[in-house]
Amino acid sequence: MSKPKLAIIPGANCAGCDYSLLDLGEKIIDVLIATEIAYWPTAADLKLEDLEKLPDGSIDIVLFEGAVNNDETEEMAKLARKKAKNLIAFGACACFGGIPGLANVASRDSILQKAYIKSLSTVNQQGIVPYKITKVDGGELTVPELLETVKSLDQVVKVDYYLPGCPPPLKLTADALVAALSGKLPPKGTVFGSMKSVCDDCKRIRENKRITEIKRYHQIVPDAEKCLLEQGIVCMGPATRGGCDAICPTVNIPCRGCMGPTSESRDQGARMLSALSSVIGLEGEAGVSDEDVRKLVLQIKDPLGTFYRYTLPKSIMRRVWGVRE
Amino acid sequence: MEKDFEPNILVFACNWCSYAGMDLAGTSRLQYPHNLKVIRVMCSGRINPVHILEAFANGADGVLVTGCHPGDCHYISGNYKTRRRIMLLERLLEQFGVEKERLRLEWVSASEGERFANIAKEFVEQIRKLGPNRIAEKLRKEVAVV
Ligand code: SF4
Ligand code: SF4
Repeated sequence: MSKPKLAIIPGANCAGCDYSLLDLGEKIIDVLIATEIAYWPTAADLKLEDLEKLPDGSIDIVLFEGAVNNDETEEMAKLARKKAKNLIAFGACACFGGIPGLANVASRDSILQKAYIKSLSTVNQQGIVPYKITKVDGGELTVPELLETVKSLDQVVKVDYYLPGCPPPLKLTADALVAALSGKLPPKGTVFGSMKSVCDDCKRIRENKRITEIKRYHQIVPDAEKCLLEQGIVCMGPATRGGCDAICPTVNIPCRGCMGPTSESRDQGARMLSALSSVIGLEGEAGVSDEDVRKLVLQIKDPLGTFYRYTLPKSIMRRVWGVRE
Repeated sequence: MEKDFEPNILVFACNWCSYAGMDLAGTSRLQYPHNLKVIRVMCSGRINPVHILEAFANGADGVLVTGCHPGDCHYISGNYKTRRRIMLLERLLEQFGVEKERLRLEWVSASEGERFANIAKEFVEQIRKLGPNRIAEKLRKEVAVV
């Protein structure tokens, strides 16, 4: 019997998800023995043509890593779908747009202008901004063209499974690989992770305390036992899917939300906004003016960037509408 | 101001105070604009920010959230939670590019039929001045759903 084929196909990624596979340690050898690598640019010397030549639907497991942010990654997403029997969105970027998805706070043009012209560290005397086709001395150069709006993988093609996290927790990756290789995959649409929130996995003590002050992480040395949110640090745990064993709060770092929304909510930011509005508050609120309440909640300087750090493209609003330069 | 623009406005009303207040406006035969579509909820605290974001993403031009006056909440503190949520949501909406004036929070008691009618008129006028919310249209265009 031939071995199952495995491919890892990159989109707008940082390769951190592939790298996390190395944390499998020696078990990675088992994976390599059990599979035939069909395509994996970070680790195997196979070319795009090799991938294109394979019959459609012939790769048993395709892990697509990264968001879709330009016409090339869009093509890769479509190719991944075509060749895959099981397409898995691998990591927060593929699942929700992730960090590259934060580009959706600005227009494509303003991003290019900032990166190639306006930033202080840029020296670009000819003022070249790389659009699809750029005229240079001696001819034309082409580069992939940025999309106006960054997308998650499932906003471009149909996705079979989701493996969130930045990068996905090793345990979940191993679960997914074992399930796929033993032909025991769960129903399509499954998100590998817990049905509960990060808070449910977190061992910190919650006292249902109200907070009156939001603190930046560098402003305090947090108590090692108590809930970070109740100490005034914005921790995304209540709005985030569990499955990572709450590794960040366990080491005194607030959760940033890389596992995406919980199974009960489709918009992580909205959920966090609710959770935060429940813990923040002043005594004797009947007598407190609207202005004071506004001041209190606006201690959160950048709700959008904080609540949707990994999920802006998958949020209800998907992007910022209206130009921000 | 856009010609022929009739604002499409969603109203959330809590069962115990505001919905009764609206009812009173009706039974007292007070006139208020027909642009409002009312959803009754048990408490203003039941209104999830998702509902409001969905409303704007689906073409509402304005959202009016109403609840019991401070101190009067049937569930003691639901309206305080609402106030905090709405204030933070205003900021978030602004960041998303939705004018914060499209969202409004008002306390309306069961005896304030007239106050409700006035708020309704005022809010519809305010939205009329702002013009249509174009986000739903842009959302549909920008992202082809698979
Ligand atoms: S808010 Fe953060 S620190 Fe508190 S219980 Fe949840 S995950 Fe743990
Ligand atoms: S605690 Fe939060 S940020 Fe850390 S791995 Fe888990 S989901 Fe990601």
